Amino acid sequence: MQFMLLFSRQGKLRLQKWYVPLSDKEKKKITRELVQTVLARKPKMCSFLEWRDLKVVYKRYASLYFCCAIEHQDNELITLEIIHRYVELLDKYFGSVCELDIIFNFEKAYFILDEFLLGGEPQETSKKTVLKAIEQADLLQENVDFQMRLFAGVMVPNMVSESSGLFQN
Amino acid sequence: MPAVSKGDGMRGLAVFISDIRNCKSKEAEIKRINKELANIRSKFKGDKALDGYSKKKYVCKLLFIFLLGHDIDFGHMEAVNLLSSNKYTEKQIGYLFISVLVNSNSELIRLINNAIKNDLSSRNPTFMCLALHCIANVGSREMAEAFASEIPRILVAGDTMDSVKQSAALCLLRLYKTSPDLVLMGEWTSRVVHLLNDQHMGVVTAAISLITCLSQKNPDEFKTCVSLAVSRLSRIVSSASTDLQDYTYYFVPAPWLSCKLLRLLQCYPPPEDGAVKGRLVECLETILNKAQEPPKSKKVQHSNAKNAILFEAISLIIHYDSEPNLLVRACNQLGQFLQHRETNLRYLALESMCTLASSEFSHEAVKTHIETVINALKTERDVSVRQRAADLLYAMCDRSNAKQIVAEMLSYLETADYSIREEMVLKVAILAEKYAVDYSWYVDTILNLIRIAGDYVSEEVWYRVIQIVINRDDVQGYAAKTVFEALQAPACHENMVKVGGYILGEFGNLIAGDPRSSPLVQFNLLHSKFHLCSVPTRALLLSAYIKFINLFPETKATIQEVLRCDSQIRNSDVELQQRAVEYLKLSSIASTDVLATVLEEMPPFPERESSILAKLKKKKGPGAVSVPDLEDGKREGGELNGGGERGPDSAAMSASNASTPSPSADLLGMRSAAPMSAAPTSAGSLLVDVFSEAGPAAPSAAVNDDGFLRFVCKNNGVLFENQLLQIGIKSEYRQNLGRMYLFYGNKTSVQFASFTTTVSCPGELQSHILSILRLNVQTKPVEPVVEGGAQIQQVLNIECLTDFSEAPLLNIKFRYGGALQNLSLKLPVTINKFFQPTEMTSHDFFQRWKQLSQPQQEAQKIFKANHSMDTEVLKAKLLGLGTALLDDVDPNPENYVCAGVIQTKGQQVGCLLRLEPNGQAQMYRLTLRCSKDSVSLRLCELLAQQF
Repeated sequence: MQFMLLFSRQGKLRLQKWYVPLSDKEKKKITRELVQTVLARKPKMCSFLEWRDLKVVYKRYASLYFCCAIEHQDNELITLEIIHRYVELLDKYFGSVCELDIIFNFEKAYFILDEFLLGGEPQETSKKTVLKAIEQADLLQENVDFQMRLFAGVMVPNMVSESSGLFQN
Repeated sequence: MPAVSKGDGMRGLAVFISDIRNCKSKEAEIKRINKELANIRSKFKGDKALDGYSKKKYVCKLLFIFLLGHDIDFGHMEAVNLLSSNKYTEKQIGYLFISVLVNSNSELIRLINNAIKNDLSSRNPTFMCLALHCIANVGSREMAEAFASEIPRILVAGDTMDSVKQSAALCLLRLYKTSPDLVLMGEWTSRVVHLLNDQHMGVVTAAISLITCLSQKNPDEFKTCVSLAVSRLSRIVSSASTDLQDYTYYFVPAPWLSCKLLRLLQCYPPPEDGAVKGRLVECLETILNKAQEPPKSKKVQHSNAKNAILFEAISLIIHYDSEPNLLVRACNQLGQFLQHRETNLRYLALESMCTLASSEFSHEAVKTHIETVINALKTERDVSVRQRAADLLYAMCDRSNAKQIVAEMLSYLETADYSIREEMVLKVAILAEKYAVDYSWYVDTILNLIRIAGDYVSEEVWYRVIQIVINRDDVQGYAAKTVFEALQAPACHENMVKVGGYILGEFGNLIAGDPRSSPLVQFNLLHSKFHLCSVPTRALLLSAYIKFINLFPETKATIQEVLRCDSQIRNSDVELQQRAVEYLKLSSIASTDVLATVLEEMPPFPERESSILAKLKKKKGPGAVSVPDLEDGKREGGELNGGGERGPDSAAMSASNASTPSPSADLLGMRSAAPMSAAPTSAGSLLVDVFSEAGPAAPSAAVNDDGFLRFVCKNNGVLFENQLLQIGIKSEYRQNLGRMYLFYGNKTSVQFASFTTTVSCPGELQSHILSILRLNVQTKPVEPVVEGGAQIQQVLNIECLTDFSEAPLLNIKFRYGGALQNLSLKLPVTINKFFQPTEMTSHDFFQRWKQLSQPQQEAQKIFKANHSMDTEVLKAKLLGLGTALLDDVDPNPENYVCAGVIQTKGQQVGCLLRLEPNGQAQMYRLTLRCSKDSVSLRLCELLAQQF
């Protein structure tokens, strides 16, 4: 896999992971182009498209698009399930995950991804094992701080869709 | 999951994120961010030392700001400080920041690498993993230099934890991808292969990505992985859906690992060991069988995982291309998917069938789905699926269905998406040419193509139709009639005018008998389009007019009138004005005989690869245009002569030989029309011993030998081209003598001054090739100058005294706009040019083969195919080599056998050649036996790079 992007229906980038060396400028260009292309596609269309010399595999979960660019010999369907497994991991960790979880805990979303995929290839596909690793890391904190994570009161109205669980539809 | 895990109390961060989200405008957001940046900067610069928590929080805020798309130019040092914290979360945020915002600051890199080194040697698996993740995420050359030797050790050490092994394997993969030269193979490699046997499925999953990548580059070193992969796969495929516990995904056992195993096997030919192969075939059959079983779950994840394995298995079956039974089953399975309700599966089935169509075992089976595929082209709502359908139609096309497929593609073209029109046009043009039985159908198809999608018809397409019409006299009358009719349309595409102008200019006489298309009617029709056309088309039309004057003397007065009017003869465009003036003059002063000679019908174009196919290849990337290659087309389609790079426009211009070439014209193409006999008779008197004065090639010019290898099997073409200069070559050899014409074309509009060329023969060759003669450049007493847009010619006479292996060097020096240009090229004079073909019977061949049995006389090479393995291509190359290609000699009809004698002044060297292709493995074995061992070696070396 060359890179993975998570973006919202409004085209806001929520997570980006690059497995090939690119300049910031190139990254921005690719992101802009790809977000536009994917958002323009209709719901029933197929999840794969040829883009430059890569294959793009994407899937929408609630308000978020998960989008991976893979190489020619890579398998589209199994990439679709890589996306799904990642969503499952997020869901299990955050407890019915929504876009807001990923916005406010972006660092966690990155950590979970690193446990699951490394260098663009699956490192550990067992859900239990990945979550155990993250859980252990969380327990390593000496200063256990029992502060809340998200505080519902701060949410503004336009977040309805962002707070809907990714598995809702 | 404990609530604490969701965030570790960076309240300030959450508040900041909320603030940003509450911003009503972009300006407000930027303002808020700048305020925060100022705050963080002051905290970092402040006198008070920050505690770890604050540092972590601020670094995290910076990261958030960066991920929003803003630039961050500080905070790196604080992040690096976090790396050495012994609090896990602080370390973790530090690593995340470094991974996302790598800075090439060398001082920092040193500190980062130090921190990583400490964590790697900490023996704390969590810290080790963090460090490995960081290396894998950054993957820079500096990190490879620091850790490429350390990581393999961690990977194979007996006491390394599984999770660390997994990270190490993928970390190494990333380093190998970015800096393969720094990852040295060694004792660890064999132990890595054995990770395929590891008990921990996670370790196998991570390791296999590494092994696959390494196998692709070093197949021999890793070939033991094949049997290990087969047995692992077999265990997974035969396991019950619950056996693998958490590695079972929606009732599918280890789908990721299965796909990877099947992918790894695609790096190798089918296993040679019968038992291993049997086991693998069994696996593949089981996978195909499972596809027919009722699903164990209705979830799409189940079917996706299952089908991911199925498609990968089918890829492997296609890769082997040796099990007809499996290929046909694969094809049937894909056939079912073609009508599946899931768009994704239809897409993949179309894509996968494309490769199946090129296998001789499954081509027929693929063809049975033609109606479904045509339907997909018409009804699919997603353009990317329609694109796949068009690709598949192209791939499954053969003589039996060409008319149907071309017709469907043409009708689709009327409504096709703009994004794929150009490619569709190329495909239609290729198929029409390849499968044309009668050429009137071909001409109709291409003219239709121009009518329907004229804007997308590239030059290559209309050049090609003209080349074919010129080369086939049975279609010329029909082409003239059809194009004449097409031009009657009130609005016709400019490309149609080009084809029309060219064809009527050449063959208008064939339809002139009909009063409805009398010469004057033809001329008026063409001229009615003139004012609507662009300059190049007008230029072409002017050439057509002068040809008309020759074909139909009765039109002379009318046409001269047109040429004489101010809009032509005083046209502001230089090219048009020149043509008008020259043609007018030519038509008024030249006698009928001279006119008839100058404006003679174009000679047939030399046969070359279709330029359309080349264009499609360029568009889609090599390999993407797998199926109908044109060599095949020539075999099936009979004598299909066609020139390639030479555009008809430049050819038409050779009518006005003296005029300067237009910048778009292919220089070599023009010169290829120049007569070979141009070598001046006074050549002998100008013979100069170059060695006395040439000296070594200027050291400043690196020798460019890109073009060299392309000429081993051919004698004519473009040797070199850059922004300024194009060098074309024509050469001919007889016995031990050769003559080479070099054409230097100035591509710029500025003259080249002090243009000199020298030929030198490096080292041993000096005594071998005797005389190299230079002409034009040397004989002029003045400073040699090549005017902008002009071309000069040089003749070399070559004599081969004895065998040689080094090529002569050509050094060119000139001044372009004041700057000295210096260029060195290898001249494509190779030993095989002096071959005389020798025909012999099978008996004679083997007798001689045995006579040449001393070990030094034989040279052999086994190598991977770099080019098409198509029979016709290979034959053409072997013939181009200069030897005789002997049929019915080798008992295996797949192999090629050649014989020839190399003629040098002093002696003759007999050579026998055998080439054994292995289509499955995409490999060749080449064996040469010659009566002189240095010749065997040299030929083997040269030829191993040709196939």
